[in-house]
Amino acid sequence: MKEFSYFTDDYHLPKLLICDICDICGYKKEVLSMAKILDQPRYKCALAAMQTVQSITGAIPVLHSGPGCASKLNDNNGTSGRYSPNIFPCTSISEKEVVFGGAEKLRSTIHNALRVIDADLFVVLSGCTGEIIGDDIKEVAQEFEDEEKPVIWAKTPGFKGNNYVGHDWILKSIFEQYLNRPEIHDEREEAGGTIKGLVNIFAGPPQQDPYWLGNLREIESLISAIGLKPNTIFGFGRGIENIKNAARAEFTILISPWVGLESAKYLETKFKVPLLHYPILPIGATETTKFLRAVQEFTGADKDLVEKVITEKEAEFYYYIERFADTLLETRILGKRFTVASDSQYTMAVTKFLVNDMGLFPEKVFITDDAPEAFRTQIANEISNLNYGIQAEVQFTTDGHDIHEQIKKTDFAGTPLIIGSNWEKKLAAEIGAHYVNVSYPMLEKLVINDHIAGYSGGLHLLEQIFSAAMSKLKL
Amino acid sequence: MPYNFKNANLAVRENRLGSITGFVGNLETLVYRSECGSLKNRERCFSQSSSCLSGCALNALAAIRNVAVVYHAPAGCTAMASNDNVKFGQIAARINKTTNSVFVCTDLNEKDTVFGAMNDLRKIVEHTYNTYKPDAIFISTSCVSGVIGEDVDGLADEINEELPIPVIPVHCEGFKSRIWASGFDISDHAVLQGIVKPPKEKRRIINIKNFYESARPQITKIFNEVFDAEPQFLYCNSTIEELSHLSEALATVCICGTLGTYLGNALEETYGVPYVRTINHSGVTGFETWLRGIGDAIGRREQVEAYIKKQREIFIPQIEEAIKPLRGLRAVIGMGPGFTYEIARVLQEFGMTIDYALAWHYDYKYDNGQVPPALEHLLKNSPKDMRVAVADQQNYEVLNILNRYKPDVYFSRHPGTTVWAIKQGYAAVFVADEYTVFGYEGTLSFAKLIRDTVTNRSFEKNLAARIKLPYTKWWYEQSNEKFINAESKH
Repeated sequence: MKEFSYFTDDYHLPKLLICDICDICGYKKEVLSMAKILDQPRYKCALAAMQTVQSITGAIPVLHSGPGCASKLNDNNGTSGRYSPNIFPCTSISEKEVVFGGAEKLRSTIHNALRVIDADLFVVLSGCTGEIIGDDIKEVAQEFEDEEKPVIWAKTPGFKGNNYVGHDWILKSIFEQYLNRPEIHDEREEAGGTIKGLVNIFAGPPQQDPYWLGNLREIESLISAIGLKPNTIFGFGRGIENIKNAARAEFTILISPWVGLESAKYLETKFKVPLLHYPILPIGATETTKFLRAVQEFTGADKDLVEKVITEKEAEFYYYIERFADTLLETRILGKRFTVASDSQYTMAVTKFLVNDMGLFPEKVFITDDAPEAFRTQIANEISNLNYGIQAEVQFTTDGHDIHEQIKKTDFAGTPLIIGSNWEKKLAAEIGAHYVNVSYPMLEKLVINDHIAGYSGGLHLLEQIFSAAMSKLKL
Repeated sequence: MPYNFKNANLAVRENRLGSITGFVGNLETLVYRSECGSLKNRERCFSQSSSCLSGCALNALAAIRNVAVVYHAPAGCTAMASNDNVKFGQIAARINKTTNSVFVCTDLNEKDTVFGAMNDLRKIVEHTYNTYKPDAIFISTSCVSGVIGEDVDGLADEINEELPIPVIPVHCEGFKSRIWASGFDISDHAVLQGIVKPPKEKRRIINIKNFYESARPQITKIFNEVFDAEPQFLYCNSTIEELSHLSEALATVCICGTLGTYLGNALEETYGVPYVRTINHSGVTGFETWLRGIGDAIGRREQVEAYIKKQREIFIPQIEEAIKPLRGLRAVIGMGPGFTYEIARVLQEFGMTIDYALAWHYDYKYDNGQVPPALEHLLKNSPKDMRVAVADQQNYEVLNILNRYKPDVYFSRHPGTTVWAIKQGYAAVFVADEYTVFGYEGTLSFAKLIRDTVTNRSFEKNLAARIKLPYTKWWYEQSNEKFINAESKH
């Protein structure tokens, strides 16, 4: 595996890193004395990664959970595809199962799901209650291994982690259990090994990242442009066949600060698909160009072609920037300073774009995805790796109220710009800030297939930032 | 029924109201067996995801202005926090108010499931109080904190003594009831337990329990003019101070019996506030019956009659005209029991035929021990063999029924259910808002909405032609009660 950039460079100690729920510093521990409050939730639980299954065409989750877990976790738009939570088979654990165990209920649910639901892949997921009472979903799911349709399982109780990690567990389970099925193994052998130039691509987790599909398609299109063949498993026109091909790809590129690493590494160790772990979702010209060069270096793609693509794409990006530069420069109400309160992916990506492409300055930024401690220093350092030695203070926290109090006290030297989740809307109104919602929760904005990644994605993000500004004052 | 507001635990609907989630038969059998008390549940051996009582309970409490809900649960249980924040903020903005209610979570992890997290819970409750200074704090259990046996009642009692505001335990273990409407009762019980005070004086207030108060302007006008009273809407936009006076109201009314049974009956039995139990406000008959019921309860029947007479002159001719194109249309309905039987009544008033009326659950009696009025009314005014089922929001049963009866239009009321009828090519009307068919004007718009829906079929025809249905051919060939077991013995 190649760890791009932040894992290999030399860094000063993370003096800018503070967080309220890890051991690196003592910030705020006195206030809550280690109790972790989730105020203004910006993630859900591991079971919510049922949306990862839902995003694979033809795959359906089978839930060993309470009757209402799925409907509660289904709080995004774009979820009435081929299956929705109303269709997900569910054991609907009741008091009876809590007392007597729910294995039998799970058995009948899977058995009947196979008859009633027209799906290609059934993924059994466990919620909290089933795990606490000790039901073994693995044992039950394995009873169905001779069925025509594959039945696989992943333990996703909410108390074990959030949906960022649940996403990874589910993908790993799918790779581990589906790709190692004898018939899939044989099929792979018959078809012949690695497919030259095929590159698996994984980025933001489906649904949790509102731009997951638009971004993925944009990255696919960039990968195609440099002469490689992208292989993704989510969304329209992709699915089980792409999962099969994941084991035959020549490379995997995971674009994410930390989410999805275990499953991508599994493809590397088990199926010998070399992994490029690239932490920065590229937005705009600077980062997208860096990304394409890193991909070229890793995959050995045609260097001349890559440079030609970069030249063309940058020229196109700057064609628009030039045309709109007067607007961008002369919007009197937009200052230079911004903050981001989002997950690791967007806090990093947006900061990079606004500083390195647009010449803005970061105030303290916030990461709200409960990133594992092992990654925090690296993430914070990468965010601070900006042009002109500009640094960004980074805090990892799940206390939304505290984030807002800190932003209120920040001197933005002009009208603040806040990039974040729906939670920041009220705050922005209160302090007269410009505001753009890029991450979960997203309740007052609809994203269908828009993207903010890549060259054109940077322009799309600018459209939103400047629309927000222009709606406040247009002279 | 005696109400015990000393204890936070409340019997679930299965035990209190004999509620069921499985029945297939006809209207006459359902009502007859409800009346003689012989109705038994039929369980399913296959089910699809539906709803959790915690949503019904905690959404209601978070709708109160300036309170805190502390959810002792893993992160996912609190997924509704952001939606509540936006929704209740928007609803408060309609009346030029703001709400500072918060919904925080203890984000229970694996370690907590082994060692418990009562210390963290205490700190988070204290932190929430110090940070937000809410007017009340509701501490809720979840499946996890329930199963591991966290003593939330004890903690809430302790903190209630320490803080100058009510701190109330709420029991939302999702597994304890198949009837998510049990959550409505749980929120009512919390309010009655910790907020409502015994009456000191009568006030010219009428409690009205609803969801999102979209008809607030119209209701306020009617209540002012006809009843010389102010409506107290529950729970959106209410305050702890207002709720403490619920016992002093002239009466309690509700938008549906399912939602109102616990609060209405408890206020009547405990504090003598009359609970108006009529069919609901939907449609002409419903609206008039509802108004007369309130008028009778507070001695303003004469004013009601005068109002009805005036309004009828304006609207009845328009309504008669609007329903002409609807005559003979065949409908299937899939809603909660509080609305299925009411909407079935309205559609029959429009001259439509009900092919199948599906209710997600069914309370064969309310907290006063009586059969729901909507059912009795329906039996008097409908074909006795009208097909009814209690379907627990089981989509596969709904689609099977639609495929068999091929109605002209499907009526739904729960998020995420309308689309499935559309995908099978059926016209569908989402009767989301509880005031969709409110009064004469609502009835008129509803008739027009149905007409438009069955006339322009483009959307569903275009979509249905291009998608793959989620169920196997085999399932569509089965009876819709294939997976419903025989009646349970209890």
